[in-house]
Amino acid sequence: MSTPGIGADQGAGRKGGGGSAALRKFSDGATNVAVKEPGRFFAMVLDTFRAMFKWPFQWREFIEQSWFIVSVTVVPTMLVAIPFGGVLSLQVGGLIRQLGAQSYTGATAVVAIVREASPLVTSLLVAGAAGSAMCADIGARKIREEIDAMEVLGINPLHRLVVPRVFACAFIALFLNGLVSVVGLIGGYVFNVMLQDGTPGAYLASFNAMAQLPDLLQAEFKAFLFGVTAGLVASYKGLNAKGGPKGVGDAVNQTVVITFMLLFVENFITSTLYFQFVPSKGM
Amino acid sequence: MGVEIRVEGLTKSFGRQTIWQDVSLTVPAGEISVLLGPSGTGKSVFLKSLVGLLKPDRGHIWIGDRDLPYLPEHDLYETRKLFGVLFQDGALFGSMNLFDNIAFPLREHTKKSESEIKRIVLEKMDMVGLLGAETKLPGEISGGMKKRAGLARALVLDPEILLVDEPDSGLDPVRTALLNQLFIDLNAQINATFLIVTHDINTARTIPDNIGMLYRRELVMFGPREMLLSSEEPVVRQFLNARRAGPIGMSEEKDVSELEAESKMGLDVGTLPPIQPQLMPSDGRVRAAQHAPGAWCAAHGVTPPAGSFIDDLGRNWVEEWPRYVAAQQTAASAPGVQPGHPGGAQY
Repeated sequence: MSTPGIGADQGAGRKGGGGSAALRKFSDGATNVAVKEPGRFFAMVLDTFRAMFKWPFQWREFIEQSWFIVSVTVVPTMLVAIPFGGVLSLQVGGLIRQLGAQSYTGATAVVAIVREASPLVTSLLVAGAAGSAMCADIGARKIREEIDAMEVLGINPLHRLVVPRVFACAFIALFLNGLVSVVGLIGGYVFNVMLQDGTPGAYLASFNAMAQLPDLLQAEFKAFLFGVTAGLVASYKGLNAKGGPKGVGDAVNQTVVITFMLLFVENFITSTLYFQFVPSKGM
Repeated sequence: MGVEIRVEGLTKSFGRQTIWQDVSLTVPAGEISVLLGPSGTGKSVFLKSLVGLLKPDRGHIWIGDRDLPYLPEHDLYETRKLFGVLFQDGALFGSMNLFDNIAFPLREHTKKSESEIKRIVLEKMDMVGLLGAETKLPGEISGGMKKRAGLARALVLDPEILLVDEPDSGLDPVRTALLNQLFIDLNAQINATFLIVTHDINTARTIPDNIGMLYRRELVMFGPREMLLSSEEPVVRQFLNARRAGPIGMSEEKDVSELEAESKMGLDVGTLPPIQPQLMPSDGRVRAAQHAPGAWCAAHGVTPPAGSFIDDLGRNWVEEWPRYVAAQQTAASAPGVQPGHPGGAQY
């Protein structure tokens, strides 16, 4: 939202030379990317947070959106998780065999899959499949003026559309994370035992030696955070789509790229904090 | 009775581009006003500013005693309940059928029972001629139907102010004429303040009590219809006559050489056509806000162009008006007698 007074200097100095005009265009673009867009995004995040506590909660929308997200993510998630677990086993298994610690392959699976891979795979799917679809939906409503109509009818679109979507995203991300963990571990186990001549006993024993409950909890926390982020970015981009159908396409594209970047940064920060605060289990 | 909209010194720009500046006007309560202007002069932006969808850079919009751009969010949503807005394409919710679309504001803002909602919705749908299309989805109906459904939705909460964005875009002339008649009838019924944004000259000539015109980032003129329809202002005349010659060019404004070339070729903005009589409500009643034909011209010493205020039947409405009003008043006071239709011979 523009604030009153911003346009006060309009008209003055509008006709500059070519060079300074290009420079101004560049600096405008830079401020936009560095300051204005993040500022507007955080403003929307705060407004959404406030709208969360408004009664009544849109249960119907929440359930519909959750179901929608499940329908677009579950199968791709599993199909990504199986080879992911396999590849990890192949790579790390090979390395570990060279070090002569073959019996610890199961432990690597904990570290790699439960702690890191499953939240990341979840995030890719939530951002790529659910976020893009959500952004396209909201963006299409925006350019058809449905969002404007909603506001004019006295209904806050943040409360009505964004809050249930963000919750749905976060809620489903929790389950997806569990799914990826299980499917990934099964994939890793199958690869290790069947293709790399590992023994089931060693795999499970080392897994148990290494795994602890906080591993799963931090992964679930990450997944929740990623879900919220993906939902917020998708909603923000959708609500700010402009310029017809192409604008919606651009918004979807930006949603996916921005969400990926944010999720990887968030993942790094939460992992760092986790290692700082939760000691690894001794063996 | 509708609510007055008072706009003071409104300025809006997107980035470095000023859309319009220092727009001041008062849309009188209960009257129908039309805002004209060439494409791209920010008419729709103006309309969106009036409901607080866009925030102006400077200026005030007074709705009663509330200054809309500076209201806290909660008050803004409350104030918006005074408004009904008809967007260009109707802006129906694509996921709901027509009935649910029209019932939406009632379900959200009132505690009415479902049977009462049904009664109101069907009544409004009947008003816009959409009975029987309740279960259709917005994707399955034509542009004109979408517009009428959007109008029905804008009307269910009995708004004090009705804003309409280009009711005639994409509609055939017959549907446009019917829609125009509907606006007049609605105004007679609910007495709301109407602001219609359009560039259809026929609409502008026959419907409104007031006309305004936006051009080159400014409000050229805003006032009673007779003032603009008899105006000598070149921009207004060129626009209302739909001439190529005049200050308005294809892209923005014409430069001096182009204007000189035009005057050499003998093109001009045209003489003023006669002022047509205003559309009357189809049930024959007199709208509370309607001014007597020719009153403004007489009060300001302006001679209207020859042939003004004469309808298709050859009646001169300046002379006819007092008789018509008197006849309607007698008819209204006599119980059981329906007011006569202006086309009929009852009065």
